Amino acid sequence: MTGKFPLIGALALVVGLFLPASALAYKHDFDAKRQDWSFAGVFGKYDPAQLQRGFQVFLQSCAACHGARLLAFRNLSQPGGPEFTEGQIKALAAEYMILDEEVEGGERAGIPADRWPSPFANALEAKQANSGALPPDFSVIAKARALPNTFPWWIVDYFTTYQEGGPDYIYNMLVNYADAPDGVEVDAGQFYNAFTGTNLAMPPPLFDGVVEYEGGAPATVDQYARDVSAFLMWVAEPGLTDRKQLGFKVILFLLLFAGLLYLVKRRIWRQVPH
Amino acid sequence: MSGPSTYTPKNGFTKWMDSRLPILRLVNDSFVDYPTPRNLNYWWTFGAILSFMLVVQIVTGVVLAMNYVPTAAMAFDSVEFIRRDVNWGRIIQSAHAVGASMFFAAVYIHIFRGIYYGSYKAPREILWILGVVIFLLMMATGFLGYVLPWGQMSFWAATVITSFFSAIPLVGDGLVQLIRGGLSIDNATLTRFYSLHYLLPFMIVGVVGLHIWALHVPGNGNPAGVEVKDKKDVLPFHPYYTMKDLFALVVFLLPFAWFMFFAPDALGHPDNYIVADSQVTPLHIVPEWYFMPFYAILRAITFNIGIPFTDIVLINSKLGGVIAMFGAIIVLFFLPWLDSSKVRSGSFRPVFKGFYLLLVISFIGLGWLGSKPADGIYVILAQGFTAYYFGYFLIILPILGKIETTRPLPNSISESVLGPSATREPAAATMQGAE
Repeated sequence: MTGKFPLIGALALVVGLFLPASALAYKHDFDAKRQDWSFAGVFGKYDPAQLQRGFQVFLQSCAACHGARLLAFRNLSQPGGPEFTEGQIKALAAEYMILDEEVEGGERAGIPADRWPSPFANALEAKQANSGALPPDFSVIAKARALPNTFPWWIVDYFTTYQEGGPDYIYNMLVNYADAPDGVEVDAGQFYNAFTGTNLAMPPPLFDGVVEYEGGAPATVDQYARDVSAFLMWVAEPGLTDRKQLGFKVILFLLLFAGLLYLVKRRIWRQVPH
Repeated sequence: MSGPSTYTPKNGFTKWMDSRLPILRLVNDSFVDYPTPRNLNYWWTFGAILSFMLVVQIVTGVVLAMNYVPTAAMAFDSVEFIRRDVNWGRIIQSAHAVGASMFFAAVYIHIFRGIYYGSYKAPREILWILGVVIFLLMMATGFLGYVLPWGQMSFWAATVITSFFSAIPLVGDGLVQLIRGGLSIDNATLTRFYSLHYLLPFMIVGVVGLHIWALHVPGNGNPAGVEVKDKKDVLPFHPYYTMKDLFALVVFLLPFAWFMFFAPDALGHPDNYIVADSQVTPLHIVPEWYFMPFYAILRAITFNIGIPFTDIVLINSKLGGVIAMFGAIIVLFFLPWLDSSKVRSGSFRPVFKGFYLLLVISFIGLGWLGSKPADGIYVILAQGFTAYYFGYFLIILPILGKIETTRPLPNSISESVLGPSATREPAAATMQGAE
């Protein structure tokens, strides 16, 4: 590839700065474990309590740097999501100032129909605030990451409907900040991650006890990482529960229809040797 | 074989219609009374499945186009808007994206069925060539459509594929600029790709019409590979094949729906959920799975071709790769004249079967290698498979037909179905008399 397209080969060297946590930089020698997710499989659906906790983690530990431009406040109260009450969402949206050229002063309080406001005005400002690294937008990040898989195991994934590589990736990345092994240089402003096997520009965002959960969920990094990964999957695919439930009905109908058609076909063909 | 029309208008309206625009006669003769060999197996149902998939892609595509915004700034977000906020949008978008994969899966089965059963042989050469034209149009449409969501893979696939044309001597660079609408992939590229992505499917519809016309003149081939000789060999298309095709179609819809509803992203690449960025190149640029075999052929040519013992390069590795990749499809146009065997169906060609199996393995192997990095053992394997792919068409088929001892053919389709005892019946006697 690189031999054929020198331009692309040269540009390939630039990779890494912008995508520090990219799936592409993943080192295969690390045994990344798949997690159990409530939304996995044919009957998968989101757990609203987990999404609410994940939203809490997002708000406290991620949202200062990461935007989610495709997420609307109203999504947070829709069925199949965190299912906050409409009142809660109205109050939440009102806490944010939204840029709006059509109102006096160019700014107004948010309403549920608004999209999640970005923490920075533009990419340049975001980079300046983060020592040159651009914090990626979280709108579809859970679908833009995946655990690598090798032939023939991805064929098995087709049958198990494994689509959770994104949240698996995010979870493993969040819980695997570690001291760099011998021989790995870590520059100032960089943080070694044992999952990606690379230095990341993002400091470890989670610590035990940093988010206070109501209810019984443990206030640990592991639990935070799990919850926020599930939340990000929902942000990327808010209609997942609905889609899978409809799919189950469609498959059931097709099976039944195929069975009936087979009987029709067999009856028609019974009289003619073929 | 299509023979004289058997249609008789029954009431006043159909009689009136028939003497003005005999469209009901056309439908009747093409899809109702149309005489079809009685021995078609399930591999023959993919024609109907493909027609259905073309309609699915056009209908879902037209609806998507109502909400999609073809600008570099809005394309990515508008696709997400369709998934999130348009009524039924996530189902329609998923059907279109997964549908493309299912369409190609079906077309590969259809093509390899044709190669095994000799469907390209006289008198069906035009039918076959039209099929290759449809395949080319499908590939163009698939590629153009993949660019539209404007993710990282969209952008870089467009960069790589348009750069193929720069390998053409003299006019290459100008051609690339024309295709891209500028020096690099940008808004102008997206808008023209969108326009062409909407145009090409309707050209496919036109060529499919010709394809079906060219099918209905000589009539269907069949697994026995002998031509239809009399009425005992055929059945009316309806209800026998309408019902068989419908059953096969619904079975085909099962994996389609499975992916659509439970794993819509399993066939895509995660990088396409990152917005296109001209400053960041993905580590591995890979096309959609259905282009992998041809992508592997492109990358298998890692050497320059020149005059031996001199430094003169006639074809550098880049141009060589592009020639090989397009050649892999162009060679299909000549297939009817490359295969020298008089026997149509592979079922009666014992040696051919082995070579055919190797071709299938090579093609799947190339598909796998297309997803692997182009270095080390992968390149050597790809070169081996590529050599076999071309060798099959250019060396094996022309020679094999002349030296192979084939198994005896049945006298007729009905004999192949009913066994040799059928030949003693009067109908069989007339068949032999005709020979």
